[in-house]
Amino acid sequence: MAENVRSVIARNTWKENQVLRQILGICSALAVTNLMTNSLVMGLGLMFVTALSSLTISLLRNYTPYRIRMIVMTLIIASYVILVDIFLKANLPEISKALGPYVGLIITNCIIMGRAEAFAQKNPPLLSLLDGFFAGVGYTVVLLIISFFREFLGFGTLFGYEISFVSFEPWTIMVMPPAAFFIIGVLIWISSNLFAPKGKKKP
Amino acid sequence: MFENSINPLIIFFASILTSNMILSNFLGMCSYISISSEYKTASGLGKSVTLVMLVTTLINYAVYHAVIVPFGLEYLQYIVFIMIIAASVQIIEMAMDRFLPDLHVKLGIFLPLITVNCAILGTTLFMVIRDYNLLQSAFFGLGSGLGWWLAISMLAAIREQMAKTKLPKGLAGPGIAFIITGIMALAFIGFSGIFNIQ
Repeated sequence: MAENVRSVIARNTWKENQVLRQILGICSALAVTNLMTNSLVMGLGLMFVTALSSLTISLLRNYTPYRIRMIVMTLIIASYVILVDIFLKANLPEISKALGPYVGLIITNCIIMGRAEAFAQKNPPLLSLLDGFFAGVGYTVVLLIISFFREFLGFGTLFGYEISFVSFEPWTIMVMPPAAFFIIGVLIWISSNLFAPKGKKKP
Repeated sequence: MFENSINPLIIFFASILTSNMILSNFLGMCSYISISSEYKTASGLGKSVTLVMLVTTLINYAVYHAVIVPFGLEYLQYIVFIMIIAASVQIIEMAMDRFLPDLHVKLGIFLPLITVNCAILGTTLFMVIRDYNLLQSAFFGLGSGLGWWLAISMLAAIREQMAKTKLPKGLAGPGIAFIITGIMALAFIGFSGIFNIQ
C-alpha cells in the first residue's frame, strides 16, 4: 500500500469518512450530539485515542502474534480511553457527567478497531498516527454537523450561547433520539451521492 | 445517583420499551445496521445478544462489587469489563458447543461479533452508573437484551420488504435504515410516561 500523507488525509476526512461512508462509530456519534460542546469534547477524545492507539499498535505490529492481536488492540485502546476518562473527570466534570457511559464506550467504537485492523497493522508508525488522527477529525466533523442542527433547532443555542437574532419555537423533537436518526440518514444519503464511486450501480 | 428503590420489573419493562438500547440510547448501532438485511440472521443475533448481555451483566456486577470496589480499582474498570466480556463470550461459545450443539450451529457465528458490540459494554456501564442491585441488574440486562432483539428484528423485517422497493439514488442501504429507525424511535416515544428510569 503506497499511500502518501495527502491521500491519507483526504481519504479519512472526506472520501471515506468513517461515520458516513463506512457506517462505523455510530453509537456515540448519535448519543452525544444534542449539544455541540459535548460533541466537540467527544470528538477530541476520540481523536486522541485513535491517533495514539494507531501509533502504539503500529509500533508493536511486528511483535504481536497474529492470533492474539485483537485482545492486544483492545487492551491498548482501553488504556488510552482510561486516560481520557480520568482527564475529563478531573478537568471537565460537568461534561464528563453529561457524556456518561459514552466515554467508556470509546473502547468499543468500531472506528478505532477498524483503523487498527485495516491500517495500523500494516503501516509505519507515523503514517498510522496520522491516519488515526484524521479518522478522528472526520468523525468530529460529522458530529459537529449533526449537533449543529440538533442544538440550533432543538435549543436555539450554539455551544451553549443564545442565538438572539433569530427567534422561533425550539423543536423538542430535535433533542430526542429520532431526530438524530433522521439527520444521520439524510447525511449518509448526501454523502453517498457525493462520494460514491462513479459508474458503479448500487444493487 | 440513588435509584435503588425502583422495582426490578419496572426496570425490565422500561429497558425494553422506554429506554430501549438502540432506539433511545443508540447502543450497538454497528451490528444493528450491518446485520439487519435478513430477518432470520437478525433474530439470531438478537438472541445471542440477549444471552450474552444477561450473563455478562451478572458477572460484571459480581466482579464490580466483589473486586473493583473493595480494592479501589475504579480507574481500571473499563479494562476489567471488556476483558470479562471477551472471556465470557468465549466461554459461552465453548459451553454451547459442548452442551447445546444445535443452538451453537444457529448462534455460533454471531458470538465473536458480540464482543465488540457497544450495547453489551453499555449495559454494564449503565448498571454501574445507576447503582443497581443484583436483582435490578439481572432484569436490566435481560430487558436490554430483549429490547435490542425487538428493535433489530423489527428493522430487519421492514428492510426485507424494502428490498423490493425503488428508492432514490444513494438512499438504499444504511441511509434508509437510519430513517426507518428514526420513525421507529418516534413510535417508541409514545411509550414514555408509562415508566421512567432515567
